[in-house]
Amino acid sequence: MQRRCLIDRLMQGVLLGSALLSVCIVLMIGLFTFLQSRLAWQSIGPVAMLTGTAWRPGSGRFGLLPMIAGSVLATLGSVAIGVPLAIGCALFVAEVAPAPIRALVRPAVQLLGGIPSVVYGLFGMVVIVPLIRRIPAPGNSGYGLLAASIVLAVMILPTITSIAEDAIRAVPREYKEGSLALGATEWQTIAGVTLPAARSGIVAATILGIGRALGETMAMTMVIGNSVVVPAPLTQNPLSIYLSPARTLTGNIAVEISYATGLHESALFATGVTLFVMIMVVNSSAHFLLRSRSR
Amino acid sequence: MRQPALPRTPSTRLRPRRVLRQRLAFLFLWMAAAAAVSALIAVVAFVGVRAVRVLNIDLLLTSPAGGLSGEGGISTTIVTTLYLVALTTGLATPLGVGAAIYLTEYAGQADGRRKPALLLLSVARFGVETLAGVPSIVFGLFGYALFVSALHFGFSLLSASLAGACLILPVIIRATEEALRAVPQAYREGSLALGATQWQTVSGVVLPSALPGIVTSVILSIGRVVGETAVFYVTLGGSSDLPRSLLSPGRTLALHLYSLAMDTRAFDKAMGTGAVLVLIIILLNAAISLLSRHMLRIRG
Repeated sequence: MQRRCLIDRLMQGVLLGSALLSVCIVLMIGLFTFLQSRLAWQSIGPVAMLTGTAWRPGSGRFGLLPMIAGSVLATLGSVAIGVPLAIGCALFVAEVAPAPIRALVRPAVQLLGGIPSVVYGLFGMVVIVPLIRRIPAPGNSGYGLLAASIVLAVMILPTITSIAEDAIRAVPREYKEGSLALGATEWQTIAGVTLPAARSGIVAATILGIGRALGETMAMTMVIGNSVVVPAPLTQNPLSIYLSPARTLTGNIAVEISYATGLHESALFATGVTLFVMIMVVNSSAHFLLRSRSR
Repeated sequence: MRQPALPRTPSTRLRPRRVLRQRLAFLFLWMAAAAAVSALIAVVAFVGVRAVRVLNIDLLLTSPAGGLSGEGGISTTIVTTLYLVALTTGLATPLGVGAAIYLTEYAGQADGRRKPALLLLSVARFGVETLAGVPSIVFGLFGYALFVSALHFGFSLLSASLAGACLILPVIIRATEEALRAVPQAYREGSLALGATQWQTVSGVVLPSALPGIVTSVILSIGRVVGETAVFYVTLGGSSDLPRSLLSPGRTLALHLYSLAMDTRAFDKAMGTGAVLVLIIILLNAAISLLSRHMLRIRG
């Protein structure tokens, strides 16, 4: 009797320890990346780093604005392409699809989420980049924000679809029945009842997709061109900004960390801190939304 | 889970305009789903077709020739991938399952009367949520700063698997939590009513019936490790030799693909490597769906 109670106590402590491990890792990640980046923040200054447009490690210029712009623009592009498709897929699977087709689409979307990002990057390099290169514009190499946005859109689609599908399924059946009983069509019910009722979940799904897009690394370095420029339109058309090559915050770290030393290395850790903070803000707003929904 | 089809509205014939709108909207939904499925087919088929040129037993059984040639096979990278999968899941599974057990099974004890327990629980939850959102390159940076530099493990299997374990920890925790929640409450009550302690209930009743779900969480995280590049790019070194010890550097399949495509532009070889990766992911996904079907059958 005594012994098993002792084991019970002991195990509770062990389990609590492993539950708290995640927090410890988060704290250590924050601590280590921040400590390593302190040199850069101190000697360059946060404002100069976040608003500087030149990144030339050789001559001691460390401005992150080109990379911030690259990350934000690629993410916006992927959201513009991926979110309507993802919400469409979620509605299709949850509300519209006949059972046999749903049984086909859902595992397909799941598999899409499992395919390694380097495979998407490779596909982008070999298929999408040459296609984009055909668009006539001065200086268009094919590598750039558009290719990155398309690749990213496919990568965030499964994330958004599965969370949005959960939100749509969580809408009480009575709501839909009430609407249908009033004579609304199925689409009127979806647009007028189901979507508004699932809104916060769908928004949260989109935000989590944005977090995923901001954090994607290797596929981005493969298709975005990696040149350190603040993206600018190539022609009169402002949309041609998406033909411009760019570099993401993630790519900046991945491309340079292996040979960086001293202040340069510290500036790359500062890049990581910037990215970490951006994603933390994005993700915690999603979790806030999801939590307020479940209450 | 599956709901019976809602009754179709009888009045659709009478109001052509809203029926038209519904047709258009449904057309969009069908097209969105078709786009997702065809994206999958395009990627898998393209990689598969291009890989046929290079994919053979030799590719799988010879080691990369090294240098910038892109010659040789992928044998050592397959072995390194296996090592890394074993190490990361070995490290993260017990910790992740333990954390999930605490979060689901001991959460009930942390009610309003015990403030510290409640606080600990929400701190732990916050940790898991945050960790799940950390971008993989930041795990890489962390691993580089702590394991590679500060602890002097260098670019090695050890550094990479420690960083990788941090990456998959939230994956295992979340999927295991789901599996534990699916165990009927009555099982626990039955065991507790017989006088078993909480831990006896967890280890003797809850864990065995959640086992398929826990295995699923491990398979999920294996897929994550196999496909991950960013973390290992900055912690594993990238040598294509076979690792001799925990402290030797190495190169996984995904890293090999990246280096083939980016450094040497050996796209055919990269496609061959990609096909192997995709095949592994398809097999893992098939295993997961078999397991979940198995679970459904047990639960009735």
